Amino acid sequence: MNSLWQYANPRKFNDTADKILPWIAVLSTTCLFTGLTWGAFFTPPAERFQDSVKIIYLHVPSAMMAINAWLMMLAASLIWLVRRHYVSAMAARAAAPVGIVMTLIAMVTGAIWGQPTWGTWWAWDPRLTSFLILFMFYIGYVALWSAIENDDIAADLTSILCLVGSVFAVLSRYAVNFWNQGLHQGASLSLDREKNVADVYYTPLLLCIAGFALVFIALVLLRTRTEIHARRIRSLQLRERGDDNA
Amino acid sequence: MGALVSRDLKLAVRAGGGFGLGVAFFLILVSMVSFGVGPQGDLLSRISTGMLWVGAILSCLLSLDRIFALDWEDGSLELLATSPLPLELVVLAKALVHWLTTGLPLVFASPIFGALLNLEGPGYIAIAFSLLVGTPALSMIGAFGAALTVGIKRGGLLLSLLVLPFYVPTLIFGALMARTGANGSDYTSYLLLLSGITCGTIALLPFAAAAVLKINLR
Repeated sequence: MNSLWQYANPRKFNDTADKILPWIAVLSTTCLFTGLTWGAFFTPPAERFQDSVKIIYLHVPSAMMAINAWLMMLAASLIWLVRRHYVSAMAARAAAPVGIVMTLIAMVTGAIWGQPTWGTWWAWDPRLTSFLILFMFYIGYVALWSAIENDDIAADLTSILCLVGSVFAVLSRYAVNFWNQGLHQGASLSLDREKNVADVYYTPLLLCIAGFALVFIALVLLRTRTEIHARRIRSLQLRERGDDNA
Repeated sequence: MGALVSRDLKLAVRAGGGFGLGVAFFLILVSMVSFGVGPQGDLLSRISTGMLWVGAILSCLLSLDRIFALDWEDGSLELLATSPLPLELVVLAKALVHWLTTGLPLVFASPIFGALLNLEGPGYIAIAFSLLVGTPALSMIGAFGAALTVGIKRGGLLLSLLVLPFYVPTLIFGALMARTGANGSDYTSYLLLLSGITCGTIALLPFAAAAVLKINLR
């Protein structure tokens, strides 16, 4: 009984979600509040960027979550296709709009940062372009979900779209490297400490990343729980109507 | 499979509106580009390869919903699914017919339209060659998208929204190959990348498209 798959039961999932959601909400607010305040008011301005460097506390975490949300959808789609757990399909559906918002935050903060630093709101740089492509994949995924009325067929079709789309998204990511050289800087965080951002920015950035990840988890749990409730209400209504006819 | 291909080809030719329409749309698009950006020759010749590739993608997109829609409406798709021919091969045949009726005419038309856009000398062979290698991938990806949206009424706009992001790698390598060729340089590496994408899509996407069709036919 003590396995991960017990949460494939919608009731068990909802009970657990009810229990842990307040904790995650409080924890994510704390992380974000501490990280953002620390980052915005108690770190020195960087040498070349002045105060504009502080936007990385929004930009880097949201960009990371934009990609991780898609990976989470990919995993959930695979679980749905292989093991047919409804909660998995609903979680994939719940994650997509959150992923869209994360992608938008990353692109908008990037533009706001790019204007004073690179002198332009938008450049056809490989990283920016791949985010735009990721954004288009998200939109197609959500549009397909909302276009099909039968929930099971929609779950199947969007899962396959997510699998094939992942392959093409990765392909596009490397194709744009051939097409234009970038002006984006390299990774802000890596296990190799030498390449990291300067130490003063490191801890608040980690806090913000944890905060964004927790916000994402909280929103997905919340939206999945809502979807489970909505489906239960729908089936109850159908059953009642059936009783009236009988 | 041969019978299916010849049946669909006959349908496309005799029913009208299938065969020449893509090329006609391509011609209109090319002239719209010159109306839009102005008649300066050097500007047109710089953007010509890119515009020809975007035009090819748009005219391909225009006919995508025809791939499965007619057979879906009159029920012959269900007959095809229950026939001894694997559904994967049905998808492949459908994509082949789509390519023969839209992709291949574009390959032959592209040098002529290149002249309209003031294409550089070595670019004529490069654009036709890149379209010859790249358009099969466009048809195959399009067949997957058409299979996804076949059950949706008025799914045309959704189909474009879904398929266009999938076209990005093909477009990038195809247009790069044509542009490099038009500049007179060696385009072998882009040719290899483009043919890699085409071979990969033809090898793998029929399975995805057949799986999607089976879900839609359930």
